[in-house]
Amino acid sequence: MTLATPIATASQTIGPYWHLLPYKGWNDLTRFGATGDVITITGRIVDGAGDPVTDACVELWQPSPAADAHFDGFGRCASDAEGRFSFTTLRPGPVAGVHGAAGNVQQAPHVAITIMARGLMKALATRIYFEGDAGHDIDPVLNLIEDPARRATLIAKATGPAAYHLDMVLQGAGETVFFAI
Amino acid sequence: MSDLTPYRPLVGGTQPPYDAGIYGSTKLRAPKQALVQVPTSITEATGPQFSESRYPSVIDLTKVNGGEAQGQRIVVEGRVLDENGRPVPHTMIEIWQANSTGRYHHPGDQHDAPLDPYFQGAGRVFTDSEGRYRYTSIKPGAYPWRNHHNAWRPNHIHYSLFGPGFGTRVITQMYFEGDPLLKLDPIFHSIPDEAARNRLIADFDIDLTVPEWALGYRFDIVLRGRDATPFEDGNDHSHEGH
Repeated sequence: MTLATPIATASQTIGPYWHLLPYKGWNDLTRFGATGDVITITGRIVDGAGDPVTDACVELWQPSPAADAHFDGFGRCASDAEGRFSFTTLRPGPVAGVHGAAGNVQQAPHVAITIMARGLMKALATRIYFEGDAGHDIDPVLNLIEDPARRATLIAKATGPAAYHLDMVLQGAGETVFFAI
Repeated sequence: MSDLTPYRPLVGGTQPPYDAGIYGSTKLRAPKQALVQVPTSITEATGPQFSESRYPSVIDLTKVNGGEAQGQRIVVEGRVLDENGRPVPHTMIEIWQANSTGRYHHPGDQHDAPLDPYFQGAGRVFTDSEGRYRYTSIKPGAYPWRNHHNAWRPNHIHYSLFGPGFGTRVITQMYFEGDPLLKLDPIFHSIPDEAARNRLIADFDIDLTVPEWALGYRFDIVLRGRDATPFEDGNDHSHEGH
């Protein structure tokens, strides 16, 4: 199978049995000894009927703080019987903006989230921002979303000095903003 | 400074939609709102990097605790490339699959078929400097599911790849040449473009076949690429292609 003009391989659902992949403990991004400003991020995922999504693979990627020998910026969590997920990680800082004219505007602190599950033919990409951080009003990605109510679906509530929570809705009222990359 | 060249737009019809109605589980899970196109920033351009020292390889799924898995032994080899045809070196591939009877070693799988204590249901392999990978397994069995009356999934191996950036993450399934269930499978047929569907079918390869040992299958994977030349005019191209 030699491809003269390669086209990206088609996505297929992760299905209900992905938990065979080893992942236990992967939702703690300090698992390789990272120290610093540790935060927890919790959330809950529901479907278009408001029922919990109990078989999702939720992944977190953050480019800040930069990866090093003790921190690879990646976590994976299985949603539980109530659709909940949680991550322990280092608090991200602002990062460089987007290419071009808007490039001087930094992006507010955020983490990137990938949701994969039975019934999702492709991964869903979204972001989590954090209540109380500066720069949401000028963030070049948040500002792509005109409706303030939709923008708010990306901003986790502070539930403690170092704890944040965000509910995610795959479909329907309050639907989370998902991104095309 | 990261290379913020945009990802090349996906080719129409070569990816499944979220609302693939023939696959029932999409009905309450596919978003209704349009996706918001984001420009390629450091968040999308970069991604997790995995090393074999932290995420050890498991390249032979046929041996567990000194026992050998039942079923047709296979070797699967292929390359991981990007859309510019360049190999993706040293990237992690995760695989998982049903055993030879069509049963996953997973508490959620209640299919009445025997488990195989000597089959390792998941593996992990890294590409070499030329993007090549290879692992040994057994041919997975077909299994019934409840999407519609008398629904059976074709033989398949699940693949998970990360590639160089957040935007290259992909989950897919590898199918087998000649499987009669393919023409009936809603998940396979959720991909509109026939050629794109057929690229998920591994080719039997007599040259990869190991005499007296295992059948050989070849399966290449293409990750999303970015345009070869970065924009340098200082203008914001991030909203193009809507």
